Amino acid sequence: MSTHGADETPRDAGYDDWLDGIEAGEGIYLSCPNDHGSLPPRRVCPHCGSPELTEEPLPGTGEIESVTVVHVAAPSHADDVPYATAIADFGPVRLTGMVRGVEPDAVEVGTTVAPTVERTETRDERVLVFRPR
Amino acid sequence: MTEVHVAGVGLTHFGRHPERTGRDLFGEAVQRAVTDAGVPRDDIDHLNYGNFMGALAERQAHQAPLMAEAGGLQCPATRYEEACASAGVAVREAVKSIRSGERDVMLAGGMERMTNMGTAGATEGLAIAADELHEVHAGITFPGAYALMASAYFDQYGGSRADLANVAVKNHANALGNEYAQYQREITVAEAMDSPPVADPLHLFDACPITDGAAGLVLVSGEYADEHAVDAPVTITGTGQGGDKMALQDREYLAQTPAARDAADEAYAEAGVKPQDVDVAEVHDCFTIAEVLALEALGFYEVGEGIGAARRGETTRDGDRPVNLSGGLKAKGHPVGATGASQIAELTRLLRGDHPNSDAVPDAEVGLAHNAGGTVASAVVHVLEVAR
Repeated sequence: MSTHGADETPRDAGYDDWLDGIEAGEGIYLSCPNDHGSLPPRRVCPHCGSPELTEEPLPGTGEIESVTVVHVAAPSHADDVPYATAIADFGPVRLTGMVRGVEPDAVEVGTTVAPTVERTETRDERVLVFRPR
Repeated sequence: MTEVHVAGVGLTHFGRHPERTGRDLFGEAVQRAVTDAGVPRDDIDHLNYGNFMGALAERQAHQAPLMAEAGGLQCPATRYEEACASAGVAVREAVKSIRSGERDVMLAGGMERMTNMGTAGATEGLAIAADELHEVHAGITFPGAYALMASAYFDQYGGSRADLANVAVKNHANALGNEYAQYQREITVAEAMDSPPVADPLHLFDACPITDGAAGLVLVSGEYADEHAVDAPVTITGTGQGGDKMALQDREYLAQTPAARDAADEAYAEAGVKPQDVDVAEVHDCFTIAEVLALEALGFYEVGEGIGAARRGETTRDGDRPVNLSGGLKAKGHPVGATGASQIAELTRLLRGDHPNSDAVPDAEVGLAHNAGGTVASAVVHVLEVAR
């Protein structure tokens, strides 16, 4: 399995750039003329195939739509358990990330969260994190 | 368009066989399928072979010709990979090849070797069926992804862990007499509820096991069956495939599986049957919630109503429409790349009357197999009918 630490190469162009943006507080999403949202890396809109994608500012907060607490992880996240992973709704797009700043079992659907980039315990790899706002 | 008959089926025991090679497992399944069919091995035109992660498990890619060799087949071979739906796709493409007139006799099946990887290795291997960038990086495992679907289902439609436990209890009960099943033992709702959490709300007994095994089917055209007087009363009358966005976050629904609905609609239309005509079904219950989502996508229940089906006894052995009489993935086991073919093998036995649970469905005429890949980013549905 590949690793994706910030100091390691090769990077995944598009995806790592997207994480850089969130880390710098300048998160983006991609929008097409039909107002479909998506996340990089993309060449066309996954919902309609339009090649006319523009970068738009990612809303600063989202709302948790579904959450699970993972107790049995893959080796890449073995030392992070138990951790909450959630899908959060940011309006035009949803994001998937780990939830920190609250006990995993206490994370609830509907919680307002902000995205950030932190590091995993296990391999010190970058990971998208949601923190309650 | 020619009919496609299931002339023979072959399964290995599903379970822990960490020292058995993939080629040995598949060779056994082919041997049994060919013997069951009574069709000369040399008449087989092509092997359609399903496998998901052999490159990780055995460091063996290019498995199709190797598996043809293991089965003693003197024909070309193609591997199909669609995560847990790999063998379903292999069968579907075989059906299409026979219908087109291109081929008369085909071997369709699959194999997965998993227990040699250990729990951590298999967990890592299974996770590669998810979106590596946006899901796996965020700590999503295969159980974790289905847990997110279960959590969303509970939130939107209600339901409880006890409802899910009833699915597990049912499928374990069904596996009791199945000699191929990994878990031939009953469990209780309390045991399932008390099992350790894997990814909340899913616990250990909500999850299918890690399994080694193989399955093979001999499929023949109606013309070949007539000409050679092949005893093959079961025909595949409908096949369908559906797709969805890879990552859950990019889907319209978190608690529905439209790929399975689309696959079912296509298969029903081809077969000329409706959901209410289905007498018995094998569905892809890699997790208990997956069976619930399948029941709804297949049109057996309205969205939000499938959660209580097992608890109410409607899908149990004595229910109106038994589901997963083989034990399902949950109790029979889930050798990923073999599962889609094994479901059709079990349905064929159920419809022919030579399955240990055939007495639960003595008058069944229409069977359905539902095979899903990943979190149902891909789905394959087949309708089987038996001449009575």
